[in-house]
Amino acid sequence: MELFRNTNFDFLGKKWPFIILSLILTAAGLVSLALKGGPRYGIDFKGGALIRVTFTQRPPVDKVRAVLDAKGLNADVQEVQGKQEDIIGIDVREDKALQTARQNIVNTLTAAFGQPANGKYNVNAGGADALANQLRLPLQTAGVSMNDQQVNELAANIIGYRTQHSGLVRNLDDLRSVPGVTPQVLNVLKQQLYPDSLAVIGVDQVGPKIGAELQHKAILAVLYALGGMLVYIAFRFEWIYGAAAVIAVFHDTIITIGLFSIFNKEISLTVVAALLTLVGYSMNDTIVTFDRIRENLKLLRREKLEPLINLSVNQTLSRTVLTSGLTLLTALALFLFGGQVLNGFAFALVCGIIVGTYSSVYIASPILVFFNNFMEGRKHPSASVSSAPRSGAPKTPAVAAPKASKQNVRGGAAKVK
Amino acid sequence: MQRNIKIKAVIIVAVILVCIYGVIGLPKSKAELVANWKHNIHLGLDLSGGTQLVMQVQLQDAFKATADTVIERMKEELQKDGIPFTTIDRNDPNSLETADKIEIDVKGVPVAKTGQFRSTVSDQYSDWLLTPINSTDYKLTMKPTEALKLKQDTMSQTTATIERKINALGLAESSVQPTGRSDAEAELLIQLPGVDDPAHVKQILQTQAVLEWDEVKDGPYNTREEGLAKHGGILPLGTKLVPTLIRGGQQSWYLVSRSAIVRGTDIRDARASQDSTNGRWVTNFVLDQQAAKKFENYTSNNIGNRAAIVVDGQVISAPTIQSRISDSGMITGATSQEEASDLALNLRAGSLPASIVPEEERTVGPSLGADSIREGFRAGLAGLIAVVIFMLVYYRRSGINATLALVLNAVILIAALAYFDATLTLPGIAGVILTIGMAVDSNVLIFERIREELRAGKAVVAAVDAGFSKAFATIVDTHVTTVVSCLFLFIFGTGPVKGFAVTLVIGLVANVFTAVFVSKTIFDWELSGKRQVTALSI
Repeated sequence: MELFRNTNFDFLGKKWPFIILSLILTAAGLVSLALKGGPRYGIDFKGGALIRVTFTQRPPVDKVRAVLDAKGLNADVQEVQGKQEDIIGIDVREDKALQTARQNIVNTLTAAFGQPANGKYNVNAGGADALANQLRLPLQTAGVSMNDQQVNELAANIIGYRTQHSGLVRNLDDLRSVPGVTPQVLNVLKQQLYPDSLAVIGVDQVGPKIGAELQHKAILAVLYALGGMLVYIAFRFEWIYGAAAVIAVFHDTIITIGLFSIFNKEISLTVVAALLTLVGYSMNDTIVTFDRIRENLKLLRREKLEPLINLSVNQTLSRTVLTSGLTLLTALALFLFGGQVLNGFAFALVCGIIVGTYSSVYIASPILVFFNNFMEGRKHPSASVSSAPRSGAPKTPAVAAPKASKQNVRGGAAKVK
Repeated sequence: MQRNIKIKAVIIVAVILVCIYGVIGLPKSKAELVANWKHNIHLGLDLSGGTQLVMQVQLQDAFKATADTVIERMKEELQKDGIPFTTIDRNDPNSLETADKIEIDVKGVPVAKTGQFRSTVSDQYSDWLLTPINSTDYKLTMKPTEALKLKQDTMSQTTATIERKINALGLAESSVQPTGRSDAEAELLIQLPGVDDPAHVKQILQTQAVLEWDEVKDGPYNTREEGLAKHGGILPLGTKLVPTLIRGGQQSWYLVSRSAIVRGTDIRDARASQDSTNGRWVTNFVLDQQAAKKFENYTSNNIGNRAAIVVDGQVISAPTIQSRISDSGMITGATSQEEASDLALNLRAGSLPASIVPEEERTVGPSLGADSIREGFRAGLAGLIAVVIFMLVYYRRSGINATLALVLNAVILIAALAYFDATLTLPGIAGVILTIGMAVDSNVLIFERIREELRAGKAVVAAVDAGFSKAFATIVDTHVTTVVSCLFLFIFGTGPVKGFAVTLVIGLVANVFTAVFVSKTIFDWELSGKRQVTALSI
């Protein structure tokens, strides 16, 4: 099976619409960023807390908001799709106030949506040790013959059951299936325990100082990584290739961050991981194209750069479509079905793969053409040969002096600096 | 040719065996296999469930406590030497940044006693710098070297105490260490994997467990304001108002001496037990020798007076001293066995020299971690199956080749994680996704190249050779570029970024091996047996 065979699309001939589209996207993203005062950072970067609460039956989100608002607790409530869970975000930037706000929110939710305790112990809070301590005496009193070890095991099994069921025991009768729960034991459990209808299953809390530092470090790491790639590509190809590749990757990142701003999505640490992934994908894509260009420069020395790039892109087209298509499919699946938590991650990947694929063709390659035309126009208006990369140094003088052209490039580079 | 393939095959099989051994060991049963897997593959807190805390140690507490001790000693010393003074007090630095700005102010030392005062202070308190403010008043500040030493001591004591608490809780795999961030010398990173009750653990870690016996001067009052009003709005020198625990919504306040009779930093033992008379849970403690002697002295002289047991700034009880007490005491008022045994645990572990405040907390409940793994595994598997099906349809027989390389890549990646003792986290999984993407890409690159060569009319064997060698240059470039970027991410990145970089580098190295070496060997093997190969299923 083959999708593409000997294609001959004039990619670079249609570069302008795409470059303009890129500029529009970049501008739109930057305008959105400017209007909104920078990216919308998640709590990882600005400080705050996220509380993940699971319910046996999730109350309507409006009701949750209303309950919190009534107590004057300013929180952002999000439903987790496909699950009985809410994520509650607290936008407080001071350590102690954050702690209090967090406690208040949990207390308020428990009061509003929880079950009455009636002096019993909540089986949906606390760990196995606490539960064992709670049960030891009543089991003894009820005449259940269990030693310490057995009580500990029983408690661990009950907590294990809870873990397997998304963190909530819905009904004490459900515990019948847990090893060690005999009808006699179940009676004791029913006397001593009650299952609350909500539980906190995860908390992320970041102080503002750490947030600012994480932000700073993440940006620095990415910039250094880009610099490192530039140097390596400059070493393997020519410096303009490195610059073109890095500009293309930078373009992808800026557009993706812009799209995050336009769609009002939060940038969290997970999103940063996705941005790093897309930098990797886009760079990979660009290098595959560049590699083919370099190879063709060696084979077809008389060819002008623009048709040569077109040829190279056409030759690598089926690989580009296959690879990008496959990865895009996976990312799209993750975006559509991956749930709330991975949503930002998958969104970044989807944007990144699309933008990263076309940037190799329409951003990185045109930069080579523009630079080549610029150098030729300035130095040797008559020369027709492109900038041959280092490894393409000629062995025969038969063809139109690519060596001279290479020196031109060098000279040009020095001037540009 | 044949020999060559055999050697290559042996290398590949050896690598596979080493990898499988690294992941599952030599299991004798299914249970053992699962146990070995769990032992070798470390899941990060975000996957296994657990809590990660970044705690800021409030060093100013240690500075204040040190100054308080100095003040107490100095008062005794000066009285003994017959040097009068009006007050000795300290300032109250309230933040980490101002901790070493601690100052002790000595006021009202008569001019005639200046020389004697100066020599006493410089003899006894060489850690401090004495600066005269005027003829009778002085200021003591801590020497910078001593301040630094105090900071370091406080940090190491805090770390040790938290470690003792963690051990007492039986959390074997937990760790406490400095965060490793250059400007954060007062921060500790505490990792508690697999904790089923993070809130409880956090509460225990944060409990400072400073036990004091204070002299009760007055009280109880119903409110703080009442206590203040009774003394004309200003507390008598050397006293403080301390609240009791809130019980049944009730809280009262006591006026106690600011300096403790006994500070229970050195407790020999503490245990929870049930009071035989009323069945309530209490915590018994035994003081160490030095503290016991001091306590015995005090109680024998103050029979009939009241003393308050204060834990972490809250009055637990304020009993009347009935008789001479030497080394043991009892703390009542626990509402449950858990409360009593938690307190005992904290007293045994020793008190923290400074309070700790959480700066960052990431808690993933065990159920959430289990869900993440389940979902991630499901999504990853679905993606992998889709890719494999596509490769088989698109490249037919050669697709099998690619699939084998892909699976082997995954095996090597997991094995390398096990051998390097690396931890798999969510961002690490992002690295795995990129690795799989690049692995697929490598195969596609090679196969498309072979097809091109075949189209150009080359014979099968030559086309395969040419396809591999031409694609190789591209694969090296893409992989090395990514490895270079990972290097920078690893050096300059923080936790999650680092995890991403580590898995990605391992995956890339594995990928060069599987896509180029293994895949080529399989092709060679397929083609070697036949004399004249005219068609390739690709």
